Amino acid sequence: MLEVDKLSVRLQTQRGPAYAIRDVGFTLQRGGTLGLVGESGCGKSITAMALMGLLPESATVTGSIRFDGQELVGQGDTVLRRLRGNRIGMIFQEPMTALNPVHTIGDQVAEPMRLHRGLGRVAARTRTIALLERVGIGNAAGRIDAYPHQFSGGQRQRITIAMALACEPDILIADEPTTALDVTIQGQILDLIHDLVLERSMALLLISHDLGVIAQNVERMMVMYGGSVIENGSTPQVFGHMAHPYTRGLFGARPRLGAPAGTRLTTIDGTVPELVDLPAGCAFSDRCAWAQAQCVTTRPPPVTVDPGHDASCLRLDAVMAGDPQ
Amino acid sequence: MSSTPIATPVAASSGSEHFLRRALRHRSFVLGGILTALLVFAAALSLVWTPWSPYEMNLPGKLQSPSAAHWLGTDVFGRDVASLLLVGARNSILVGVIAVSIGLFIGTALGLIAAARRGWVEELIMRLSDFTFAFPAILSAIMMTAVFGAGIVNAIIAIGIFNIPTFARITRASANAIWSREFVLAARACGKGPWSITFDHVLPNVMSVLTVQITIRFAIAILAEAALSYLGLGTQPPEPSWGRMLAEAQTLLFQAPQLAVFPGVTIALAVLGLNLMGDGLRDLMDPRLARKR
Repeated sequence: MLEVDKLSVRLQTQRGPAYAIRDVGFTLQRGGTLGLVGESGCGKSITAMALMGLLPESATVTGSIRFDGQELVGQGDTVLRRLRGNRIGMIFQEPMTALNPVHTIGDQVAEPMRLHRGLGRVAARTRTIALLERVGIGNAAGRIDAYPHQFSGGQRQRITIAMALACEPDILIADEPTTALDVTIQGQILDLIHDLVLERSMALLLISHDLGVIAQNVERMMVMYGGSVIENGSTPQVFGHMAHPYTRGLFGARPRLGAPAGTRLTTIDGTVPELVDLPAGCAFSDRCAWAQAQCVTTRPPPVTVDPGHDASCLRLDAVMAGDPQ
Repeated sequence: MSSTPIATPVAASSGSEHFLRRALRHRSFVLGGILTALLVFAAALSLVWTPWSPYEMNLPGKLQSPSAAHWLGTDVFGRDVASLLLVGARNSILVGVIAVSIGLFIGTALGLIAAARRGWVEELIMRLSDFTFAFPAILSAIMMTAVFGAGIVNAIIAIGIFNIPTFARITRASANAIWSREFVLAARACGKGPWSITFDHVLPNVMSVLTVQITIRFAIAILAEAALSYLGLGTQPPEPSWGRMLAEAQTLLFQAPQLAVFPGVTIALAVLGLNLMGDGLRDLMDPRLARKR
């Protein structure tokens, strides 16, 4: 349903043009779930924004995004506007700021229905109440005219989910939907998203920096670093058989329950390179224990680890054999 | 702002009765409100009743001191000063309302367009308002009345035009800040276009800034009308105007100083009232200052 191929985004920065994402490609079927993992600045959100057509005007997009066979790259705002909120819904990271403080939540949830479906005030209100009930706002009929500041963070995220689902989109993009929430609420929100995706057989693109969130919620996952997808496979494959040194590093850096007190978390040496300074070769080469001269100069192509699971690393054999240097 | 406590969550906009309670505790807002209310009341009263006719001359009874018959005395033509002031209030308010409306509607529209379109449109609008700003207000008003003729209509237009860039700038700056907020991104992700975002999301969020600006520009407009009338370029005789009362009193400053004092004090009080109310509104509408008092 959604086919992304060789998608690149170039941004104008103060220090010259930089590729925010390079040659990202994936397909997403109806009912499919895909996770995007990576640290801040690796291009996860840019990918989501590119799908929505909401990149800053200075960005140059190349490659292809096909939605139900329709090419979206290079389309005007009018065409994209008809898809946004209608066929593609999006949930944002910050529920505290994603709702306009001066409008009631009912008006904000009803907005996409009135916009795309031409629903009248009364019809939209009835559906809004049902939708709010569904996402777990208790006494929705009584609270539909309340303002965002009268709700907690978790409730507001439920409201933004209702907003994204108002027109029953085919694809739901969730950009770090639980990062701003505390852990108990996180679980509830993720369960809600999970149920809704099943119930409405939507496709889900879940963006997170949290491997745990990804592991529990998606079938397939992509690991991004420095704007490129460096590992890609089904979730059990990637977690069972981590191939790329960066994925391994990311996994190693997770805090673990039951670790003895005082255990220091493993870190990946160095910092994420600035997008302007990306090396010609593998973006991870300057932080990688396995890196050799060729890694700095040659961009690694995807190498198949298992069927349906590949990693972009020139030294994959050595890494998989498990002998650093 | 540095003394703002950070622990309490901001609930500034929760309910109008809360706002009212806070407003009544704000001393300068209350004082400003009373003065402004008096001004409006005086103008309204002059529509139905004045102690004497403000147009009727009575030369034998000229330059009287305040008395029971003429509370504030009479001017050089024997007209009742209190009646003149009341009708003058009406003219001042008329000028203020129309001039500020011109600036508010055109300026806000331009500011909203600039923020919504960005790029060269924004550049053009902002450079044009810089250009307008480069001329002192009174000077450009004098220039306009010199070209198009003196009179209240031209004075209103001149003051109104000077208000446009002020509102354009303020609106654009606030609107740009709103455009970068996440709820605007969320609205765009719902498929809303730039104009419906402007009206549904940007405009309601810049209203508080505009409200404060309206009261302050109103005071400035009253002052500008007085200045233009003083120079003989604003309200034309026989229509009473505070500024012209001052001008007429000038030559008689030693014989009848009260003729200059009364309109002078009236202008000062009107402007002070509006400014205090504007300052108060700014404090009351700023959520960061909401807990200060």
